[in-house]
Amino acid sequence: MALPVDIEALDKAFSGIGVDEKSLISILTNSNEEHKKSLRKGSSKLFIEDAKGFERSDQSSIKILKHQFKRFKDAVMLSVLHPWERDARLIEKAIRKGPKHYNVIVEMACTRSSDQLLGARKAYHSLFHHSIEEHLVTHIKGRERKLLVALVSAYRFDGPGVNEDVAKSEAQILYEAINNGEKNKLLDHEDAIMILATRSKQHLQALYQHYNQSYDKTLAQDLEGEGILKDTVECLCTPQTYFTRVLEAAVKEDADEESKRSLTRVIVTQKEQLVKEGFVPNKIQDILLGLYKDFMLASIASGDIK
Amino acid sequence: MATIDVPEQVSVLADAEALRKACKGWGTDEKAIISVLGHRNAVQRKQIRLAYEDLYQEDLIKRLESELSGDFEKAVYRWILDPADRDAVLANVAIKKLSPDHHVIVEISCTRSPEELLAVRRAYQARYKHSLEEDVAAHTKGDTRKLLVALVSAFRFDGEEIDTRVANSEAKILHETVKDKEFNHEEIIRILSTRSKMQLMATFNRYRDDHGTTITKNLEGDSGDEFLKTLRPTIRCLNDPKKYFEKVLRNSIRRVGTDEDALTRVIVTRAEKDLKDVKELYYKRNSVPLDQAVAKDTTGDYKALLLTLLGKED
Repeated sequence: MALPVDIEALDKAFSGIGVDEKSLISILTNSNEEHKKSLRKGSSKLFIEDAKGFERSDQSSIKILKHQFKRFKDAVMLSVLHPWERDARLIEKAIRKGPKHYNVIVEMACTRSSDQLLGARKAYHSLFHHSIEEHLVTHIKGRERKLLVALVSAYRFDGPGVNEDVAKSEAQILYEAINNGEKNKLLDHEDAIMILATRSKQHLQALYQHYNQSYDKTLAQDLEGEGILKDTVECLCTPQTYFTRVLEAAVKEDADEESKRSLTRVIVTQKEQLVKEGFVPNKIQDILLGLYKDFMLASIASGDIK
Repeated sequence: MATIDVPEQVSVLADAEALRKACKGWGTDEKAIISVLGHRNAVQRKQIRLAYEDLYQEDLIKRLESELSGDFEKAVYRWILDPADRDAVLANVAIKKLSPDHHVIVEISCTRSPEELLAVRRAYQARYKHSLEEDVAAHTKGDTRKLLVALVSAFRFDGEEIDTRVANSEAKILHETVKDKEFNHEEIIRILSTRSKMQLMATFNRYRDDHGTTITKNLEGDSGDEFLKTLRPTIRCLNDPKKYFEKVLRNSIRRVGTDEDALTRVIVTRAEKDLKDVKELYYKRNSVPLDQAVAKDTTGDYKALLLTLLGKED
C-alpha cells in the first residue's frame, strides 16, 4: 500500500475507542523494515525523533495504546463475572481511585435492584474481607461519605403503594434543603439523605413528579452542579438520563480515559435497558473500533434476549 | 446453647392433629398446645403450620390468635413465627409505639448475625411493604435516628480477622467520646455500625486493657439524653449479648409488676440460641434460678409456656 495511506490507516487504527486489529495486521505484516521506518517517521503521535538518530516510541502515547488494547479484555471480564463480584469489584476500584469515581458507587447502589445490591455486598465480604461500609468510611474522608454509606446500605422496598402525601411533603423538604439552605451543606442535610437513602424507588419517582409539578423544574435540574447528589437522584428516578449522560460523555471528542471506560461498564451491565430505552448514541458506530466494537455492538444487539 | 427440649421423633401430621383437637369445640386445651409447640424447633413449627393448612384449609396462627388471649397469646404468636418474621414483628411493634422502643431495635440489629439481620429486613418488607430502615427513619429523630438507621442497615463482615491498629485507634476514639461526654456522634456511629463483631470485641478489649474498666461501666447510669440511652444497649449488645439479655430478664422480673413484653421477647428469641448460657449468668448474678424467678412472677398458661421454653420437664 502507499505510505500516506498506511500512515493514515495506522493513525486511524488507534484513534477511536478500541483498536482496529484487522487494519493493524494488514499494515504491519505487509511492511518490510524500510516501510516501517517510514511509518514511524510519519506517525508523529506515536514516535518522536531521538537525538541519537532513531524514531523512539513516545511513552505517554504508548500508555494510551495500552488502555485501548485493554478494552476488549475489560469488556470480557465485566461480561463473564458473576454480577455480584462484578459490582463489588467496581465499587472497590471506585473507592480506591477517589472522588472522580464516586459516581460509580452511586451507580452500583442506585441502579441495581435491592437484591442485586445485597449480593454485591456479600461478594464484597468474600473478596475483600471487609464490608463496603467499612471501606467507605476508612477511605473516604470527604463530605460525600455519609451519602455513599447510606446508599450502599439500603435495602429498599420494591413494590406499589406509594403514599402520595408523604411523597409530596418530602419533595418539599428537599426543595427547602436545596433552595433555602446553603447549597453546599446539602451533603450534610440529614433529612435529605434519609429520604434519598431509605425510600423505595417508586416513592422517589412519585416524589420527583411532585417536585416537578410543584416547583416548575425537576429535582435533577435543581441539583445541577451537585455531583453525586444529582447522580443519586438521576440513578434512582430517571436512570436512562444518567446512562445517556455517561455514554455521551464517553464518545465526546475530548473524552478522557475514565469516561471511555464507563462505556464498557454501562453497555455490558445495562444492555437490556439500552435496547429497551434506545439511548445508545449513534456516534458509537463510528467511534468504536475492532473486536471491542464487535463486542459492544453485539452486546447491545443481544440486549433483548432474556 | 438452646434450652428447648425437642423429642427425637416428631410427626408434624400428628402434631397438626393434636393442635386441631386442642382448639376444637368449647374452650381450648392450652396444655396440649404448650406440650406440642413448646417442644418443637423453628423448622418443625413451620412444617406443622403447613401440615395444618393442608389438612384443615386454615391458618394455624389465625386459629390460635382467635382461641387464645393475653400474655399467653402474645407469647404463642411470637413463638410460632419464623425467627426472621418474628423479629420483623417485634421491630414494627417497637417502632410504632408512641415512644418507640429504641432498645428493641438495637437488640435485633446487634445480636442477630449479619445474615439473620438480612432475613429480618426481607421479612419486614414482605409484611409491611416498607423497608425497615425507612420506618425507623420516619419514627425517630436526630442522632438517635442516625445510629438506629445505621445499625439496622449494617451488613457486617462476619470473619475472624482483627486489625490491632484499628482496635487501638478506635478504642481511643471511644474513650475520648465517653470521657468528654461531648460525644462525637459521627465517629461513634461509624465505628459501631460498620466494624465486624470480632473487630469490635478487639476494640472493647483494648479499651478495657488501656483504661482498667469496661466501656459499658464507663457509660453506666440511667440518665442522659436520648442518644446516650440508645448508645448504652448498643455497646452492651455488641460487647456481650448474653450479659445484656441477663440484664433485660433481671429488670423485667424485678420491676413492680413484670415487664411481660421484655420477658416474652428474650425467652422466645433466645430459647433456640443461647438461653442456657443466659440462665447460668442469671443464676450467678442473682443466686436464684431463672425458672424459679419466672415461676414466681407469672401465672397460668403464660407461665407454663415460658417454663417449657426454659427447658423445664413436663
